[in-house]
Amino acid sequence: MQRIKPFDHLILILGALFLITPVVMALMSSTQNAIDIHNNGLYFTPGSNAVPTYGKVLTHRGGFTGDVTGMRMLMNSMIMGIGFAVGKIVLSMMAAYALVYFRFRFATLLFWMIFTTLLLPLEVRIMPSYQVMSTLGLLNSYTGLIVPLLASATGTFFFRQFFRSVPDEMLEAARIDGAGPFKFFIDILVPLSRTMMAAIFIIMFIYGWNQYLWPLLMTTDESFYTLMRGIKSILQVWIGSQIPDYNEAFALAVLAMLPPVTVVVIFQRMFIKGLTESDK
Amino acid sequence: MAHLSLRNVGKTYAGGTQAAVSGIDIEIADGEFIVLVGPSGCGKSTLLRMVAGLETTTEGEIHIGERLVNKLDPAERDIAMVFQNYALYPHMTVRDNMAYGLKNRGESKTTIAERVAEASRMLELGPYLDRKPRALSGGQRQRVAMGRAIVRQPAAFLFDEPLSNLDAKLRVSMRMEIRKLQKRLGTTSLYVTHDQLEAMTLADRLVVLNEGRVEQIGAPLEIYRKPASTFVASFIGAPAMSLLDARISDGAISLEGHALARVGNASGPVTLGLRAEDLRIAPQGIPLAVEHVEELGAQRIVHGTIGAQNIAVIEVGEAAIQDNVHVAVDPDKLHLFDTSTGRRLEVQSQPHQEMAL
Amino acid sequence: MTETTIRTAASNRALLSRLRAWYNADTSNPVKRVQFDRPLTPWVFLLPQLAVIVIFFYWPSVQAVTSSFYIEDPFGFGSTFVGTENYTDAVTSSQYASTAVFTVFFCAMVTALSLGIGLLLAVKADKVIRGASSYKTVLISVYAIAPPVAGLVGMMLFDMHIGPLTDLAAFFGHDLRVGIDYGDTAFALVVISVWKQIPYNFIFFLSGLQSVPTSVREAALIDAQSGLRRFWDVTLPLLAPTAFFLLVINITYAMFDTFPIIDVVVKDKPANNPITLVYKVYLDGFKGNDIGGSSAQSVILMVAVAALTVMQFRFLERRVHYG
Repeated sequence: MQRIKPFDHLILILGALFLITPVVMALMSSTQNAIDIHNNGLYFTPGSNAVPTYGKVLTHRGGFTGDVTGMRMLMNSMIMGIGFAVGKIVLSMMAAYALVYFRFRFATLLFWMIFTTLLLPLEVRIMPSYQVMSTLGLLNSYTGLIVPLLASATGTFFFRQFFRSVPDEMLEAARIDGAGPFKFFIDILVPLSRTMMAAIFIIMFIYGWNQYLWPLLMTTDESFYTLMRGIKSILQVWIGSQIPDYNEAFALAVLAMLPPVTVVVIFQRMFIKGLTESDK
Repeated sequence: MAHLSLRNVGKTYAGGTQAAVSGIDIEIADGEFIVLVGPSGCGKSTLLRMVAGLETTTEGEIHIGERLVNKLDPAERDIAMVFQNYALYPHMTVRDNMAYGLKNRGESKTTIAERVAEASRMLELGPYLDRKPRALSGGQRQRVAMGRAIVRQPAAFLFDEPLSNLDAKLRVSMRMEIRKLQKRLGTTSLYVTHDQLEAMTLADRLVVLNEGRVEQIGAPLEIYRKPASTFVASFIGAPAMSLLDARISDGAISLEGHALARVGNASGPVTLGLRAEDLRIAPQGIPLAVEHVEELGAQRIVHGTIGAQNIAVIEVGEAAIQDNVHVAVDPDKLHLFDTSTGRRLEVQSQPHQEMAL
Repeated sequence: MTETTIRTAASNRALLSRLRAWYNADTSNPVKRVQFDRPLTPWVFLLPQLAVIVIFFYWPSVQAVTSSFYIEDPFGFGSTFVGTENYTDAVTSSQYASTAVFTVFFCAMVTALSLGIGLLLAVKADKVIRGASSYKTVLISVYAIAPPVAGLVGMMLFDMHIGPLTDLAAFFGHDLRVGIDYGDTAFALVVISVWKQIPYNFIFFLSGLQSVPTSVREAALIDAQSGLRRFWDVTLPLLAPTAFFLLVINITYAMFDTFPIIDVVVKDKPANNPITLVYKVYLDGFKGNDIGGSSAQSVILMVAVAALTVMQFRFLERRVHYG
């Protein structure tokens, strides 16, 4: 056995502190009021202002048109995260199924067509993507927020790897048992993939929830704002104000980080497995 | 229940130059238990999977009952298969695993329930019906795989090395169980294994395959007694038959200069096959230099050399074995093979000139 | 020489047979021993994904390339073909050059620091047994925080009025002016980006370390006395595949995923602030309405990223074969 030195713990504690302190500070400061923060700087202790601050952030109609509340943004972020994750799983499972379990013409060509999308992230084709969306009239819609982000093969890649690891005999037994392509998919393959689906759901939910640039461009109508978009607009209001609403900004940040962090901490094991085993 | 016939069946993989399997002619009677045996890569699994419809058949005809099944889907062939790794559906209970095939064929709920109940009684799976495969031991999984085949009441059972994943002891007991079940159900069976002992004990008839071709078809004892080639001779029986370079000259077989028996075969070099259990240590005979003795309890196997050629002898006595002994064999226990083709040569004996050693 | 010729000939043959295989749907080693043999069903399963990819990937990508050769009229009345002018304009502008330099610097810093710290923490977490899972939970939770949130929180920490880090710098005699001073902003961007990325590297390094078999560790314990020696000779080589994979991921992260951090910290005021190439594409396209120039920069980036990803794929392929 290796000896455990206190030094190792020291480094870990420093590392953990480095990572977690900003989060704690944001959380604590969100329970203070803006003037205190303005005068005293950031807080490490909880204040008494949590209820009014969060209440205001969640229900106050903010923005330029006064249309959007924190609740609304929270809901939009949820729709974005869940919609993206579900869409991704459905599309990529089906595509991976076709690629792994069928013999058909142009299969290899299609394989390359799909996997080329891994080459270029959305950011490098952001301008033309925007133009395409406006041509299609999809600006300010949930479809426009979610569907274009699905145009990447990450999920297909994960599921393809997973399907390849399913023993060949599973299909053979099912065929002898009289299962056709649709039955095999629904009865056997989907139930077999449950763990994989859950892991990918978590990763994709976080990815969708955390989207910033795309919602920024796609939504001018504030009723479609997500929390990430809200952060941008709270900063825009900020400029030029005397005492910015620090506490509200922090409260918004806490709301924006809470769901994904909760999901990751609760499903830690599954999440790590999904991430490290499928990404490689 | 049905007979099965393979007529000149062969397969060449797309892009492959050599046939994986070729010229297979086997007629299997209703209720017969046929074992396909051979070393790995001999094409036995491919052949089985062709019968199942999991591999395409590029040549010849496969009939199950009166039907030509070459172009039929596996599900339409009325067969059931037991896989080496069992291929149980891990997310389904034992009951659902067995019922799945019947459900897909649109059997009624009562029929399914009856058949599953019957099969689980036969296989003593009753207490496990609501468990998932992961909660079962290897032997139990094997039974479920059997159950899944039985409930279908198919024309034929196909077994693809079903016992290879079990430990040695369980393998022996499952072997007997499979045989008993098959006798009771009377279902035509095709069974693939690389284990010659399993093959010998299970089969009504054995099919020995080598490099995609049939070497010999016959009842186990027939194959044991009269192997058709050096390949079969060395594959069937343990320890393997010793194959030695010998000569026939002046109407007698001689091994390393020692005359063995008088035969009427033509003169020239010949491969002589001697089974360890047919040889015995005797006061006189061919001198054997002992190299190593394997004690097996009931018997022991003496390994040694005659000249420069290796040979094994089974000994049942308990006396200490000297470094140099003599071995003897009955002349009617000799096997002769053509040295160039490896095919069996019938010994043309000359009984009146006995030369037992 | 000969070897190269042989290899070229072989690859030509391989290409030909691959083309033939595409048409005949024959793959020399199919993914599965048995596959369904129906001509139409797979298309049903592929159609949704294909539709999304064609509309939202190929169409915009092609458009990026075409519009990079045009200058669009600012009032939207048509566009003029200008050949490679957009490219030469982009590449020769001094602003582009300084942005490119910063991008390279930024990528190098973020990658080196987040990989280094991630590895250090993973090695330590792998060593300790007591409390390992709580360290893990703390470190991992930061992974889920969105880059813009990280940017917002980081900006507060660096705020000139309330930021504790500004106070800290003042204590050491430095007047930290993030958002105004070029160097200070660059420093803040690097710190925030590294902070956000450490957990990701940590997760991968830790799982890489934990997959080193106990027997190998024990053998190393017997063979090498010093811990550093063991790490250098045994652990690090075994981690090399993970490290390479992470290297590519981190470069991609630093180039693209830091966009929100930059946007939040710089707040649309790039005047005297450091930005990356991706941010410049966005600025020129959406704020500057220079669609042609922005597209040309997009295409340059596409080529760079594609090269990076191909490198990763080649590596992955090798891993699949020998790993």
